[in-house]
Formats: sequence, C-alpha cells, structure tokens
Amino acid sequence: MQLAFGHRPVYDGLECRMRKGEIHLLLGGSGTGKSTLLRMIGGLQRPDSGIVRVAGHDLAGLRERDLGEIRKGIGMLFQNGALLDSMTVLENVGLPLREHTKQSRVEIEERVSSVLSAVGLDDVQSLLPRELSGGMLRRVAFARAIVMEPEILLCDEPFSGLDPLNVTRIEDLLVRLNKELGLTVVVTSHHMASSLRMADQMILMRDRICVSGTPEELAGGDDEGVIEFLGEDGRSFLARLHEIRDHGNVGDGSSAGDLR
Amino acid sequence: MIDWIRSLGASATSSVEGLGQLAVFGGELTTSLVKPPSRFGFFLRALYDAGVLSVALIALSGFTVGMVLGLQLYTTLSRFGAEEGLGAVVGLSLVRELGPVVCGLLVTGRAGSAVTAEVGSMKATEQLDGLRMMAINPIHFVAMPRALALAVAMPLLNALFIVFAIAGAFVIGVSNQGLDGGVYIAGLESAVRFADDVGQSLLKSLVFGMLLGLVATYKGYSCSPNAAGVARATTSTVVTASVAILLSDYIITALWGV
Repeated sequence: MQLAFGHRPVYDGLECRMRKGEIHLLLGGSGTGKSTLLRMIGGLQRPDSGIVRVAGHDLAGLRERDLGEIRKGIGMLFQNGALLDSMTVLENVGLPLREHTKQSRVEIEERVSSVLSAVGLDDVQSLLPRELSGGMLRRVAFARAIVMEPEILLCDEPFSGLDPLNVTRIEDLLVRLNKELGLTVVVTSHHMASSLRMADQMILMRDRICVSGTPEELAGGDDEGVIEFLGEDGRSFLARLHEIRDHGNVGDGSSAGDLR
Repeated sequence: MIDWIRSLGASATSSVEGLGQLAVFGGELTTSLVKPPSRFGFFLRALYDAGVLSVALIALSGFTVGMVLGLQLYTTLSRFGAEEGLGAVVGLSLVRELGPVVCGLLVTGRAGSAVTAEVGSMKATEQLDGLRMMAINPIHFVAMPRALALAVAMPLLNALFIVFAIAGAFVIGVSNQGLDGGVYIAGLESAVRFADDVGQSLLKSLVFGMLLGLVATYKGYSCSPNAAGVARATTSTVVTASVAILLSDYIITALWGV
C-alpha cells in the first residue's frame, strides 16, 4: 500500500498479512501509522494505491454502503473510546444490537449487562460517558466493540489508562475470545509486557513499511530496526516469553461462553 | 505569475470539489429522510434544541424589532398624515421580508452554529467513525434528524417572530403614539393576504430552514477533526448560511412576484 497525508508519506510499499484467528500486535514509534493501519482494516481510511483485503473483500474499492455489511463482523475500540456522549452506557453498548438485531429490549439489557460484567463494570448502565473515569470509559468502549461477537476485533491502545488489575482482565478476555470463539485480534499498544504475552504475531511499523513474525522470530532475528526498537530489555523479555506464557495466567479464568 | 495562476486554479478546483461534496451530502441527506428507521426520537430531541430553546430569543427579538418598526414607521407616516396605515405597512414588511429573514439569521446564529459545533465535535472525538464501525450511517443517525429539525423549526419560529413583532409595533403605535387599536388591526387585516403574503413567508422560512440544515450539518460533518477545525466550521456555517438566506430571499421574492 501507498499512503500519504499531504506531502508526508505514511506507507511506501507496505505489505502486511494477518492470519485469521490469531492475535496480532502492532508496534512502532509515534507517527509510524499503527492507528491508521487499524482504520484501514476497518475501511475508515483508504490507501492512495494498493489493496486492503479483509475476509476476501478489497475494502479500498468498496462503496460506503457495502463496507457497512463487512463492518458488522468487525468490532473496533478507538483510542479515546468514541462513545456517543448524549447516550447512556446502556444505550451506547446496546446500540449495535438495537440497530442490527431483532432482540427485545429485555434481551438487549441482559446482553449488555453480561458484557459489562465481563469487563468488570456493574451498575454503570444509566451513567453518561462524561460521568465515567478514563479507565471505565475504555472498558465500556471495549464492551461495545465485542457486544456483537465480531469475527475481527481492532483495538487501539486497549490498555491505556487502565490499572494493572483491569489490564489483566482485558488481556484475559481477549485471549479467551481468541481461543474459544476464534476471534481475530489486532492490537496497537505501548503496554509491551501484556501485549507480547498474548500476541501470536508481532508487526513492527518502521520507515513506512513493516517487519512481521512471531515474537520469538523477531527477537531472534537480526533486523536492525527491530533490535533498536525493542532494546536489550525487550529482547531479553522475548527470549523468556515461553517461560512467562507457561507460568502466567493469560487465558485462565472463566469461559468465553459466559459472554454469550 | 505562474504561481498565482496555479493557486487560482487550485482554489477554483477546491471550490468546485467542495460544491460537489455538498451536493453529494445533500443527496444522501435527502434519501436518508425516507430510509427506515425514522429516528423520530432523535428528531424530537433536535427539534427541542433548535426550536424550543430558541423561543425566548425569537420572542424577545421579534418584540423589539416590532417596537422599533412601529416607532420608525409611525413617525415617518405621520409626516404625510398616513399614520392609519401603520398596521398595513408593519404587517406587510414583517410577513413578507423581515420576519423570515431576521428570524433566519437569528436561528442561524443560535441553532445552526450549535448543530455544526455538535456534529463537528462528534467528528473530532471519532464518534462518527465509531458509528461507521457499527455499520450505522452517520448521515442518517446524526445529520438527518438535526437538519430536519432546523427545517421544521424555522417556519414555526418565523410565525412566532412575526406575531411578537406585530405585538411590539402595536404597543408602540397604539399605547405610546396614540393610534387607534382598531385602525391598526383593520389595516393589518386588509393588507396581509394569506395565500400571497403568509404563503410566501412560510415558503421562505421553510427554504431558509432547509438551507441552514444542509449547511450546518455538512460543515460539522466535513470539518477538520480538531478544535480549530470545529471553530472554523462553526464560523463558516454562520457566514455561508447567512449569505444563502439573503440570496435565496431575493430569488424567491423575484420568482414569486412582488
């Protein structure tokens, strides 16, 4: 893909593949186009040239109304939540269900309660977004992104502003959804430890292209950009990743079926 | 010289492109009017914001405009011994021109700018993109109810403005200047014809409301997604809608026949 904002090139020959049912971690410095890549996968941003193929469809060539059908299978967590500020938490999280399903009001309320409980929020249904803390707001936005049980989940900085307990909670939830429901996840994050623990694939954005591979492959490789970005600590962390995964609690906890 | 020509060309291209985008947006806005679901709840909320919350401003402005009109016209007419014509002149000038135009400009400043600021800030905070990602068309969900509310509110507010302005002129002409109240009302009744004058007034205010709805939602929808972009879009709405109202006022008046 090629993409430029004005005279500033963002991607110049970027080529990147993400496999279904895996968790992909997008890494890179500020301004390398991580969030823009998420927006492209969601069809919100079109490349200047090239192809963005999602589930067999080239999004770059589709009209807005056709993109809508594809987006029903994609959930997206925006960096600032993007909750509708005139609606309550219940209305926000229940909005996709109200728009695209024939569920009754009671069924929608039950589903919303269930998803909010999964992200550690109870008794917030009647609150407006402005009455929530930053961490609560992100978890409500996360609940809205998964309420339709999408096949693809795009998360822009899902751990930002969360306390360690809730980082673990969201991390567990992502892994459970991935393992049990086959959810494909694409995450941008600066929360390296959590992100690397759960990632199947790492994609490092740099110099308007990307380098991808499993965490182990990237840690063991000799790409100078990767070495520079991860630093000594990062490479050491990756070297011990198997050990951390084996003894960590990622993926433990209740079943993803609880959400259904 | 080449640079000047280049910048002129770029400016012309950009203007044509902007007009094209406005036309496409207007087309989508129009088709979304008949698409289910009706968004009636959002429409009522927008009607409350644009209409009910503008009532005090419109009533007060109408009354003061009527008072000024009554005072000016009474003084001028009395020079020619024609003060009995106050009701007729006030009625015709308010119903045909001043009512729809002044009300249109007031609603532009009060409600049109608010709609642009609201839609623009929704864009800046990615709420519109959030809707797209939920497969919900933001034009149908956000812009259509607000544009429709402005188009519906404008004729109602125009009627309110005219009633209060006529009352303001009555207070000055009758209570202050000593004109007979019956003469004022009789002059008003005989001069203002429903089909011609009131019809023209309602048509104008409906067109002004539609133009304002289109401009206000488009400017918010297409603004740069940051605080400065929202501020520019809000100012642009007031300027563009005001010019559109004044131009269309002339066109409708000329086509209708004075």
